[in-house]
Amino acid sequence: MAEKRTLFEKIWDEHVVCLPADRLPLLYIDLHLVHEVTSPQAFDGLRVAKRKVRQPHRTVATVDHNVPTEPRGTPITDPIAARQIQALQINCKEFGVPLFDIDSPDQGIVHVIGPEMGITQPGMTIVCGDSHTSTHGAFGSLAFGIGTSEVEHVLATQCLPQRKPKTMLIHVSGKLGEGIGAKDLALGIIGQIGTDGATGHVIEYAGEAVRALSMEGRMTLCNMSIEAGARAGMVAPDDTTFAYMKGRRFAPQSADWDKAIAHWRTLPSDPGAHYDTVVEIDASKLAPFVTWGTNPGMVVPVSGRIPELSALGTEAERQSAARMLEYMGLKPGTSIEDISVDRVFIGSCTNSRLEDLRAAARVAKGHHVNGKVRAMVVPGSQVVKRLAEKEGLDKIFQDAGFEWRESGCSMCLGMNPDILQPGERCASTSNRNFEGRQGRGGRTHLVSPMMAAAAAIAGHFTDIRNWHFN
Amino acid sequence: MQPFRIHKGKVAPLDRANVDTDQIIPKQFLKRIERTGFGEFLFYDWRRGKDGRPDASFTLNQPRYADASILVAGKNFGCGSSREHAVWALEDYGFRAVIAPSFADIFANNCVQNGILAVVLDEVQVREIMRRAAEAASYQLTIDLGQRRVQDDQGFSTSFQIEETTRHRLLNGLDDIGLTLLQESDIAAYEARHPVPAAAKQL
Repeated sequence: MAEKRTLFEKIWDEHVVCLPADRLPLLYIDLHLVHEVTSPQAFDGLRVAKRKVRQPHRTVATVDHNVPTEPRGTPITDPIAARQIQALQINCKEFGVPLFDIDSPDQGIVHVIGPEMGITQPGMTIVCGDSHTSTHGAFGSLAFGIGTSEVEHVLATQCLPQRKPKTMLIHVSGKLGEGIGAKDLALGIIGQIGTDGATGHVIEYAGEAVRALSMEGRMTLCNMSIEAGARAGMVAPDDTTFAYMKGRRFAPQSADWDKAIAHWRTLPSDPGAHYDTVVEIDASKLAPFVTWGTNPGMVVPVSGRIPELSALGTEAERQSAARMLEYMGLKPGTSIEDISVDRVFIGSCTNSRLEDLRAAARVAKGHHVNGKVRAMVVPGSQVVKRLAEKEGLDKIFQDAGFEWRESGCSMCLGMNPDILQPGERCASTSNRNFEGRQGRGGRTHLVSPMMAAAAAIAGHFTDIRNWHFN
Repeated sequence: MQPFRIHKGKVAPLDRANVDTDQIIPKQFLKRIERTGFGEFLFYDWRRGKDGRPDASFTLNQPRYADASILVAGKNFGCGSSREHAVWALEDYGFRAVIAPSFADIFANNCVQNGILAVVLDEVQVREIMRRAAEAASYQLTIDLGQRRVQDDQGFSTSFQIEETTRHRLLNGLDDIGLTLLQESDIAAYEARHPVPAAAKQL
């Protein structure tokens, strides 16, 4: 009987080009996504070595990190950002790489546009100079972030020497409760295993609650795998995956589609396949979560309180928590619902897709943003923006006092003008609450889109399970 | 790439766990399109107080650690963003090695690409090095990659584990892309079996 293999192992095996003696296995890369921030030095490296992009049609570029979310056509006021965007335009032209530029109707966050155009497909190996490349694993692909030297490596060779990671199964049994979504599941997992809980591993998410997630939800879940330290996160492809993919612009068409489906159906892990680590999560025990510290593992249910330092296990943890609380301007024992917010950000590669915006709009409908709060909604892509406008979500948000902006990474990392001021507190649907991430001195609390919208209206965190929907 | 064989240098202790790459090099410095000149922005926000002036208490602002070339830190060093700028900043500042109980995967890969050695030692040993570096002015360590050994002149000595392929690359300062291109016939054969899909050609 053939060896039982996991989803990851099947994709890995299929992509090993060769096993050179005394070196790491050489892995073939099906799709290389490129953006403006982590690529200029890689293209320069190619120029210096007089190398070409080996497979321009396996390479796709867009601008997302730096782009302002003001109406398109507004000049970019930051000359260094403008120069970086221009560098990508020049590089793509010179090396023949397809670019979805700032004025493209398909521009958007690289991890939103890949799936939405059907470029991201099950069974692929996908890399990008961006740690949130793990997002694409939602389709049952092996997708991981790389550094700029590796970006250059893939541009030049379409391959990457890779150490074979370990495997981790995160099995989520039961059902997520009302008002509790993929973001809460992701935060709950990181809260349980820690920000380095999956270092060296590729996570496969499985179980009833994962199967029940939409593709958008699976992307949110896989997106945050890196926040647990994982190399990648994956969900086995199924009918939900195929229904999402069918008919998308760069998905296989007609006879190729049937062939592709037949192949994709062979990808899920064989029953009884071995994982190096197994984690069990009970979905029914999860709550809407809010982070209170400066890493994504510091989570607490919205109905809870900031932990007392004495409740923490070690002296190092107490010191670390004390430092985080000082930065965050919070005191142990404070009820989460008593924490007021100044800003709300709905967007990022974690939570800026149509489903996320629908969920937030459902909360916002018929309410108004608290007078002390500035709230912005940044769709993940131009396509998401158009679809949302077609169903009137922009109007719901704007009537409720939210700003409705152009697509990009925006305040997730504040490389464009959307940043927090020192001391400002933000309920954010993004993925990282690191010190200064959204602006120097800014205080970030990670939450789901529904929780963010509710915080904008209430002016403080509030339990979405008690929300009055109009 | 500069080979790493034996390095002796001054040690700077950074007693924090989960040091993320946003702290090592904040976002506003990622817009540069060059590979050099990031050193002055290393730990930019931590080196400055709320008023924007240098914070004298931060390790790297203390004169005694001014020319340190070995950084010792807590677990999960380099977590978060994939930005290689973090390694470029450490290198440009003058660091040749980082010692910690564990490293984030992408950061560790980025180190290898730049000839920076990431040494994993257990918590007890890391604490001991931090203690010694805090007590003695100009505390130095010698890292011998060939022998896989970290030691000082006062009796501290320990071996460390490192994957053989990584050790080989660092010892010889090998160009990774050049090595991969040695497999050209294998890559071409793979590509012949796996042509670019029809839909992708429309890109």
